[in-house]
Amino acid sequence: MSKRSVLTFAFMLVAGFASPLYAQGAGDSALTVEIAKWSIITAGFALGIGAGLAALGQGRAVAAAAEGIARNPGAAGDIRGVLLLGLVLIESLAIYVFVISLILFFLQPFSPKA
Amino acid sequence: MEKLEHPLWIVQIVNAVLGPLVRTVGEAMGHHFTSHDVIPVHMVMVLLIVAFVTALCVFVRSRLSVESPGTLQIVLEDGVGAVRGLLDEWIGPKGHQYLPLVATLGLFILLGNYMGLVPGLTSPTSSINVTLGCAITTWVYYHYQGIRAQGIVGYVKHFWAPPGAPLWIGIVYFPIEIISHAARVMSLSLRLFGNIFGEELVILVLFSLVPFLIPLPMMFLGLVTGLLQAFIFVLLSIIYLQGAVAVEHHEDEHGHDAPSGRQAPAAA
Repeated sequence: MSKRSVLTFAFMLVAGFASPLYAQGAGDSALTVEIAKWSIITAGFALGIGAGLAALGQGRAVAAAAEGIARNPGAAGDIRGVLLLGLVLIESLAIYVFVISLILFFLQPFSPKA
Repeated sequence: MEKLEHPLWIVQIVNAVLGPLVRTVGEAMGHHFTSHDVIPVHMVMVLLIVAFVTALCVFVRSRLSVESPGTLQIVLEDGVGAVRGLLDEWIGPKGHQYLPLVATLGLFILLGNYMGLVPGLTSPTSSINVTLGCAITTWVYYHYQGIRAQGIVGYVKHFWAPPGAPLWIGIVYFPIEIISHAARVMSLSLRLFGNIFGEELVILVLFSLVPFLIPLPMMFLGLVTGLLQAFIFVLLSIIYLQGAVAVEHHEDEHGHDAPSGRQAPAAA
């Protein structure tokens, strides 16, 4: 399949999923259900990707810190300080994704207020 | 979000005692109270922390002794010494004037984080209002200290270009600095809020599934992350203070061209 046909197919698939949007005003509760469904899917994926990538970054930081301490045990205190600071800063990025997921999941800010 | 928890009895007691007074004062100033509880949960917890810390300090003050200090005095002195050591390490001896705000924030956040693990209480820091308050306090404080240390012209000049860079770089550098400083408020508040609220949410869910023994590992993790988040908030406040204050020694006549203490990583 050519790339153009794949893209057209994907566009039609996504547009088909959003079909209740086309019912102007008649399906308010259907729109809420649609938005709730997409919010849950998005929140799950966002959190999975965010947590996974943050874990990768933290793993690299811990590995570098462990190697640094192994090479120079006298600097263990300094390295531990840098490690903790770096870990918390990386983790805060995962926390931002978590907060957005919470907002999407529980508050659903874009569904029409019944 | 549906109410996963029942109302805490201490919140209801405080609302019964102080509620009518706050309601009359608030409505006299034109504020309409929406929810049933006039004083929200996080405010009651903050008042609890204030009362506890005041009582603790008065108690220790009455038993201060240089020759034979009690255990509590030794612990508190160690805490103050630890924060002072951090200030010394990052800002230098001039940093001791910032000890009151930084140490109070650290103690407040530490106690706030640990209150969530006590049954019958909840963390005030699990509410975005409290963490945003702490973050805005730190933000306003370090800008104020920076202006006080360098004068407003010198302080704004450091937003335009880092020291030693040509002046035209400000066109690119100024928006980056503005965005970076504004992001500090968001990052400080959201980091603390997300950690503590998320941990409380997970413990809540675990309690609603298996109330016996299973939430314990999560609560132990809550002990670790509570301490870590308080320490990180204090450390980041000190780093922002250093960024705002410690650049003034660049043209010292004695030849010291760098402030004592290490340089901060690019902390957003």
